[in-house]
Amino acid sequence: MREMIVNELTQTTHELIRSFAQYLPRLVVMLIIVLAGLLIAYILKAIARSILRLTKFAKLSENAGATQLLKQAALPSSTELLSRFVFWIAWIGFILLGVSALGIGGFEEHVSRFFLFLPRLFVALGILFFGMLAAGFFSRATLLAAVNANSRSPRLLSLSVRLILIIFTVSMVFEELGIAEQTIMLAFGIAFGAVMLGLALAFGLGGQELAREFLERRLTRDGKEERENELSPL
Amino acid sequence: MVEETFLSDDFLRELINVGEVDILIGVPTHNNAATIEPVIQAIQAGILKCFPRERAAIINADGGSRDGTRDLFAAATISDVRHASKLYTLRTLHSISANYGNVLDGGMALRTILAASELLRAKACVVISPDSTTIEPDWVQRLAIPIYKDNFDLVTPLYRRHKFEGLLMRNLLYPMTRAVYGYAIREPYAAEFAVSDRLVTDFLGSETWDNELDRIGPEMCLTTRAISADFRVCQSFLGTKAPTDGTSTDLVSAMRRTAGVLFASIDKQFSTWSTNSSTHEIKTFGSPAEVNLEPVSVDRKRLYEMFVTGVAELHPVFRSILSSTTLEELQRIAAVGDNEFKYSAELWAKTAYEFAGSYHKSVINRDHIIQALVPLYRGRTLSFIAENEHSSAERIENNVESQCVEFERLKPYLLQVWNGGK
Repeated sequence: MREMIVNELTQTTHELIRSFAQYLPRLVVMLIIVLAGLLIAYILKAIARSILRLTKFAKLSENAGATQLLKQAALPSSTELLSRFVFWIAWIGFILLGVSALGIGGFEEHVSRFFLFLPRLFVALGILFFGMLAAGFFSRATLLAAVNANSRSPRLLSLSVRLILIIFTVSMVFEELGIAEQTIMLAFGIAFGAVMLGLALAFGLGGQELAREFLERRLTRDGKEERENELSPL
Repeated sequence: MVEETFLSDDFLRELINVGEVDILIGVPTHNNAATIEPVIQAIQAGILKCFPRERAAIINADGGSRDGTRDLFAAATISDVRHASKLYTLRTLHSISANYGNVLDGGMALRTILAASELLRAKACVVISPDSTTIEPDWVQRLAIPIYKDNFDLVTPLYRRHKFEGLLMRNLLYPMTRAVYGYAIREPYAAEFAVSDRLVTDFLGSETWDNELDRIGPEMCLTTRAISADFRVCQSFLGTKAPTDGTSTDLVSAMRRTAGVLFASIDKQFSTWSTNSSTHEIKTFGSPAEVNLEPVSVDRKRLYEMFVTGVAELHPVFRSILSSTTLEELQRIAAVGDNEFKYSAELWAKTAYEFAGSYHKSVINRDHIIQALVPLYRGRTLSFIAENEHSSAERIENNVESQCVEFERLKPYLLQVWNGGK
């Protein structure tokens, strides 16, 4: 009996050691891939940072208003954030490659899905960046036009333009990523419609006097008089 | 030579029929029916009176007027002028109207006139604004003679102006052009001017016409081109400048056409102006600029409110353009109240230079930089009005001069801003 138990244990240990010996090269390969990936990810991060600095990405980001948003959220600069993003994407990619080298059943499918998802992720990031850029540009244009036209609440107008464009951009980003497409579309439609209806009601009902004054100023002699009050600059 | 596709075939045919001329007078128009007739009659009388022996042509470059401007131009016959003035020309006076497009385009209008002048080999090309209701026949002579007889290349005007008219010219364009380029041209953005055949050829071949921004203010480009390429520039006193109709002068658009083009020129011609530290005296024909002291009602409270609102609301924009000290100083003067408000010449010069530096570096969209200058210009206007409300003409002139000196004194600051520091 005792001998049988010892034999079984020895056999199991031998099998375990044999399995481990068979598995060890794969583990080493995984570790090598992960470590090499870490090195490559660092190199890619440095390259990305240099390219972003050379192309003055920080200035573009400042123009888009992204820098301000990042500062408010106590996040690093846009250049740093994007180079870190490149690092993590590269390293996660290598980790997944390494894990797939272990030959775990069904894992390859998840890895290939991750790599198929990457182009969509980059497109979504591009949409987000250009959307933020457009939101910054148009909100500043609105602010300047409103200030120079002596309109009331220029900052509110500018903020509304920025908000609408950001909502629009974010909904496009989610659609590109395929995250809750239906919900996002519906939420965007409801939110956009509500804002427009709210503005129309606020202007037409709540601000009857303001609406009348505005239209009179635009369409009748009052506007002309106001402009004529200005001295000719040239 | 002029590109074949640029001028219409009909217009070219009419120009070929004219042959060659000595003097060409160009009138760019766009819905100017209310004022075109007296202007054309004054030009015709000017030619009859001063250039009876010279071959002359009047060219109207029209931007699709819908109020019959071109018909009125064509109907303005010289026989009426002959009859009234009892003056006769020994040559045929040609009048041609050309439609360069369907919308107002100052660049295209000037290009049409200059191209016609080059084709007709005119020695002098005089441009007259159709809004100049105070024009006298002598204006043609005063503009053309320095080119025709004295070999100058560009004649800019001097006017008798109301003390509070043309403040953008007096507070920004004149002092900045003078300080940066070293040429004391009182009207660098001229409504009336004359150009020699040499400058016409040079300017037509320049890159101005390929640049959208330059095309909106070609008059300013012409001046900076003449200065930077060492053409001979002079000034000639014309007379009273008609006040511009307030409805046609949008301040933002005026700022784009003038300050925008000036900043762009400064940006392109850094090597020309950065090494120049002297101010050239400009030959002046006739009396120097005169000031009309008639009282005028100005809504100072509104100007003040627009300045204060601008400083408060555009704070994030100014943070990108101005240095922190200038911005703090602007916030300080915006907080003192309209009675004690003073936007000093030094602060204004620094503001203008920091805007020019930011324009050069494109810290934000360039058109947004120009638009952001508008509320600050209103503040400077208010300060100028307050300082000169009861001043004599001499005192006003001294104030303009001291502002120019301030711009000249601070030119190293512009170079400092240009080369790195905000």
